[in-house]
Parts: sequence; structure tokens; C-alpha cells
Amino acid sequence: MYGLTRYKLFFLLPGLIVLLAIILFPLVFTIRVSFSGWDAMTPGLGWIGGNNYGRLLADGRFWQSLGRLGMIASTAVALEYALGFALALLVWRQIRFRRVVRVLFLIPMMTTPVVMAVIWRTIFHESLGPVNDFVALFGIPPVQWLTSPEWATFVVILVDVWQWTPFMFLLLLAGLLSLPREPLLAAAIDGAGPIRAFLNVTFPAMAPISVGAIIIRLIEASKIMETVYVVTSGGPGTSTETSSYYIFIRGLRDFQIGYAAALSITYLVIMIVLLTIIAKVLTKTLVKAEG
Amino acid sequence: MKFGRLACLASLLAMTTSSSALAQGADYSRFGIDQDVPGACSYEAIDAKDYSGRQLNIITHAVPVIGEPTDLHATQFAELTGAKVNVVHVPFGDLFQRILIPFQTGQNAYDVLFYGSLWIGDLNPFLAPVPEAYQNVSGMQDVTRNYIDVAKWGDTMVQYPVDGDRHYLKYRSDIFSNAEAQARYKDATGKDLSVPETWEDYNEIARVFSGWDWDGDGNANYGSAEVTKRDDLMFSAFISRAAPYARNPNVKGGFFFDLETMEPQVNNPGFVKGLELFVDASKDWAPGGASWGLGDEIFAFGGGQTLMSYSWDDAFVQAQQEDSAIRNHVAAAPLPGARDVWNRKTGKWDHFDEPSRAPYITWGWTSAVSNRSTSQDMAFDYLCFFSNEANTQHDLQVGRFGVNPYRKAHFDPSLWTDKMGWDAALTDTYVKTLAGMDESQNRVFDLRVPGVSQFMTSLATGVAAALAGQQTPQDALDGVAAEWKSIVERIGVDNVRDAYARVVALEDNL
Repeated sequence: MYGLTRYKLFFLLPGLIVLLAIILFPLVFTIRVSFSGWDAMTPGLGWIGGNNYGRLLADGRFWQSLGRLGMIASTAVALEYALGFALALLVWRQIRFRRVVRVLFLIPMMTTPVVMAVIWRTIFHESLGPVNDFVALFGIPPVQWLTSPEWATFVVILVDVWQWTPFMFLLLLAGLLSLPREPLLAAAIDGAGPIRAFLNVTFPAMAPISVGAIIIRLIEASKIMETVYVVTSGGPGTSTETSSYYIFIRGLRDFQIGYAAALSITYLVIMIVLLTIIAKVLTKTLVKAEG
Repeated sequence: MKFGRLACLASLLAMTTSSSALAQGADYSRFGIDQDVPGACSYEAIDAKDYSGRQLNIITHAVPVIGEPTDLHATQFAELTGAKVNVVHVPFGDLFQRILIPFQTGQNAYDVLFYGSLWIGDLNPFLAPVPEAYQNVSGMQDVTRNYIDVAKWGDTMVQYPVDGDRHYLKYRSDIFSNAEAQARYKDATGKDLSVPETWEDYNEIARVFSGWDWDGDGNANYGSAEVTKRDDLMFSAFISRAAPYARNPNVKGGFFFDLETMEPQVNNPGFVKGLELFVDASKDWAPGGASWGLGDEIFAFGGGQTLMSYSWDDAFVQAQQEDSAIRNHVAAAPLPGARDVWNRKTGKWDHFDEPSRAPYITWGWTSAVSNRSTSQDMAFDYLCFFSNEANTQHDLQVGRFGVNPYRKAHFDPSLWTDKMGWDAALTDTYVKTLAGMDESQNRVFDLRVPGVSQFMTSLATGVAAALAGQQTPQDALDGVAAEWKSIVERIGVDNVRDAYARVVALEDNL
């Protein structure tokens, strides 16, 4: 019996080794690096205790970038959810060219983020881009899409929404297609209109899938980097600088590897805690309310 | 290490011998050059070398800027010597770490490195000194004072000059000499239109020539194109603007820091004045001008959208392309200066009747050989070949290569008029401006100290915050100074002071 258990464990070993190598080792190594002063002058893992963590507590730029990230990610995901749900409901119904429309909706998600960010930057280029040419047709002066803090934030959110709404659409459409038809038929027989049927039947039934989709997207959106890097470089000033972009600057531009590792670990812990809380709150308000 | 130097010397002696032996050399025009120029690094001399069975590893910037000539001359070098040459191209944002990490982890990844010359403060411990023999070749002897200075760490040459960079003013000569434009400027300001001598003049001219179609092409034009995008070399534009107000020719001992105390000077009234004028100028930039990177600046001036610009040569070269609508309608001039310059010793402004200029010998491309390389002889031969007279003359003519004048021969007007078809008057302004920067006694160099990227990121962030209206210029630069202090503390005051003393020695002409 004992031999059989060992035999089974032996088969688990390859998976365990891969897990250790690709997940645990980088994480443990990053934690170790975060306690070092590794930079351009002093390479290696020289121990400096919690200096990096002490420094980041007083680093206003990091905390501001975190707050900005929260605003950008929550706004983008909320819009993506609303739009994705609307599109999924549209395609869920029997409309003409349904398959073509489904594929069209998925194209933004399949494109390379950096390439699309370059294209969006060109579109919103204030001198050469077509958007300002278009608004000029109505006598509107050039809009400061990338040089005003508010508009630049809007553009970053817009690009994210354009790119990732299809993901939300895909998940929610799969959810809609898996719903049992009986409750909807019963609602129709009871005389419920489309809005009432949606509010009382479809939306509650979709709650577990909605929570999953929102959390997955929040995890992804909290890592937003390519769009900021290409479209605004965090500017104007620091008005679109998100946490991951700030960590990138500290780590790979300034070569403060130890400090960037401390920022990364702190960011990771904050994200785990926050997303866990958000998931619990969403589950409690949406899913359990339904139950 | 010693063996490497001996090998280099032997290699060069062999090249010199063979080059003289092979008088009346072969035709190398198939490589795209006009003709080989005899010398220790010539095609003929390199052709006589045999590096069959050996490999040279090179890391360089992405194509085309410096990456394309690296490739071109690597292919030629391989064909001439039989060596296998492996070139790795890296985007600028990754180049520093891709070079530094192998050094820090003890790897011998690359023999030859192409990078930004301002990183010398971080990279110098890993660079092989340029052997005396290579310093004596004709091409190196012709390199101007500025770029010999840029290549040195103290008294030791550790970088191999392949490019010359500086910031200077470019303007539309056809508009400045246009009677209608002159009258309009007179009406608006009561002054005669002339090439700006101070940054106040620059801003005023830019303001008058912004927002209307002064070249008659149906589109609005603007006064100034500047590099303003935070993480796209904007710090260099700010240094150009602040330098004449903060670099006092009567005060020695540091521009960015007071060398004695290592107190940051970046928030002194001179720098603040530079930033206030930068912010003031922003009101008249073209739409989007507040987020322009170097590429935008090049195409805005080079494409005829703006009256003036200042930065590296590229915008000028773009304007002078064969197909440019403004070819031969541009001119060069020194960067604007300042009539009132901050004196940090007296704590007062010094007045100058003639504007004080502070030419900014900004960073550019350079090259070096790794001191871990086991092929230093071949690596130096490659750089010697890369920068030989025939190749450099070819590369100067290709704007996208990013190779700009750095030898005395490049300031010979006939090179530009005969080879490039430039107008004689324009050429005169160009070569006089560039050559004049070598003669200045009030030059400003980059902050070539360990951790330079941290200092410049901090500076760019502060300047960007002021430009975006998030902070006043004084508050923004106070924040930069505070961060610089903490960076100095982290890196070590003595480490930074030791490196900065070398920069001050250049600036103070010691």
C-alpha cells in the first residue's frame, strides 16, 4: 500500500518540478531580490534588509500610480462589462449574419496590443490624426487627446475597452448560451417583457459568470502597460502613469532592480488582497442575492 | 588583458604594414563607397586580415539608427576578413539593461557595444581602453576635441568615437528673410526679425509664427518643434533650454551639482528660469506638441510645419533630404543664450550684454569593446573599419543611419556642397555652428555619473509635471533636487563626486 502511494507520487513529480520552476522560483527569487540593493552600481543580492520597502512607503509616485490604476481599471472593466453584455445579448438572439458578427467582434482581442496602441496613438495624434480632422469638420478646435490629463486618461480607457470588450462578450455569450431555456419561457408565459425578463431572469442567472468575467478582466486590466507605454508614456506629467509602467521605469529604465522587485511584491500583495475582497463583495451582492 | 592589448597592437601594425605594401589598392566600390581611403583601417588594410573561424558578437540599436550601419559594416567586415559576425539589435529602451546585465552576471556576451555615450559612468568598469595604436590612426587623429572628450573617462579613452552629437538651432532661412514675415513680426513686437539670440527671443518669435499659414501651403504652421514627451529624450531638450541661464562662464566647479558639496543645482534660479520659459513656450506649440518625441520633432521641422527647432542633427538632415520641400531653405545657428545668468557663488544674476551661450554637447551614439572580450583585436579592428574615412563619409550621407559629423574633415564645406548638393550659404551656417561648439569655453556635458538614468528620469518627470501644469516650475524642480539627493545617497556621495569631477574637468576646460 505504502509502495503504491510512493509510486503515485512519483508520477506527480514532473508536474511538481514544473510548478516549482516556473511559478515558485521566480516569486521566491523576486522576494529575495526585493531585499537587495541591486542596481547599476551594485549588482547582486547584497542584503539591505527592508530598506526598499521603507522607501516605497514614502514613494508618493507609486501610491498615486496605484490609485490611478484603480480608476482606469475599474472604469474600463465596467464599460467592457456593460458593452460586452449588450453585444452578447444582441448576438444571442437570432439575428442575420450572426456568425460573421461574432467573428468581427473578436478581432480587436486577437490583435497585438502594442501594434494597436501605435495605431490608436496615430489616430489620436493631435496634428496628424484623423480624429481631430473629423472634429474640425464641425468647427471644433483640435482636441488635446494626448496632452491634456483628462483626455489622455480617456484615450487609455478607450483603447482598453476597444481591445478587451470582445473578451467580455465571449465569456458572457458562452454564459447566455448555457442558460436553461425554461425560466425564460416561463417568464414569457407570465407576460414578462424583455426588460423585466432580463432584470429578473437573465441577469441573475448570469451572475456567477459575470463575477468570474469581471474578476478575470480586473486581473488583466490591473497589469495595463502596453497601451500606456505606447500611447502616452505615462503623460502628460504623470497623469496616466500606472503601477506596472512605474515599476517598468524603476526596474528597466533606471536599473533599480532591488527597488523594482519590492514595488512588484507590494503591488502583487495589494492586488491579491483587493481582488479577493472585490470577488467576495461581488459574489455576495450578485450571486447570493440571487440565491 | 595585457595579451589582448599586445594582440591589438600586433594586429594594427600588421594592418599598417599591409596597407603600405598594398599601394595602389584594389577597387572596393562594390561596397557602396566612392573610393577607399588609404590608412590603417581602410578596406585594403582590413582585407589583408584573416579572421576565418572566429566570431565577433555585437550588440547595437535597432535598425535603422546606428543599427543599420552596424549591420552594413559587419557584413563588409565578414566578407573582407572571413570572420563570422553576429549582430544583435535591441530597442533603445532595452539597450542599457541588455548590455549591463551580462557584465553584472559575469558573462562575456558581446565583444562590441554600441550605446548612448552618457552611460559611460555606469559602463566604464567593463570597457577595454582603446589601444594607443588605434588612437593614432588618421581617422581618430581627426576627431574633434568634443568627441575625444566624450570618449574619455578621465585620461583614458574607453569609447571609440563613431558619431558626433550636439544640440543646435535650426530655422527656416526663407521665412526669416521674407519681407512679409519680417513686417508681420515688426507689427506684432516692434522688433526686427532675426535669428533668436536668447530663449526669450526664441519664445517670442515662435509665438508670432504660430497658428497661421506662413508658408502658403493651406495648413497652419507653428513656431517651434520641441522634444517634449516625458520618456522620449525630453530631458535633453530641457537641458538645452536651461543651460545658458544656469551655466555661468565665471563660475567653475559644476553645472548639475556643486562639486564641493554635491548639492544639486537643478532647482537653482537658473534652471527654474529655463523651465519657466519652457512652460511659457508650450502655449504656442502645435496641437499635440506637448507630447512630441524625437521622431515628431524631426518630421515637424523637417516636414516644414514649424519655423524653428533645436535638438540633434536629424531634423536638419530630414529638411535637407533630396525630396524635401524645404531643401536649402533652412539654416543652422548656435542654441539661444541668456543675457542674465545665475551665479551660484554670489547668489545673484550676472548680466551679459552679449548673450552668454552654453553649447550642450549632448549624448550621442558611441561604441566600445568589452574588457571581457577574448577577441579584442578583432573587435577594435571592426570599430576601426566601421569608422574609417570612406565608411564615415558614406554614412554621413544617409540620414537614417544616425551618424553625424565628428571629425574636422566633416566641417569642410565642400563635403556638403559637392557630395550632398547643399546650398553654400546654408552649409556655411551648418559647419560654422558645429565647428564653433568645439571652440566654446562654456560647454555643458551630460551628467556622466553612475545611475545617470535615475537622475534623468527624475528630471524628466519633474519637467513633465511642470509642463502638464501639475506643479509650478519651482516646486517641480525642488522635487527633482530632493530626489537627486536621495539618489546620490544611495549610490554613494564619493562615487558620484568622483565621476562628476571628470565631467566638471571637461566643462571647466581643465
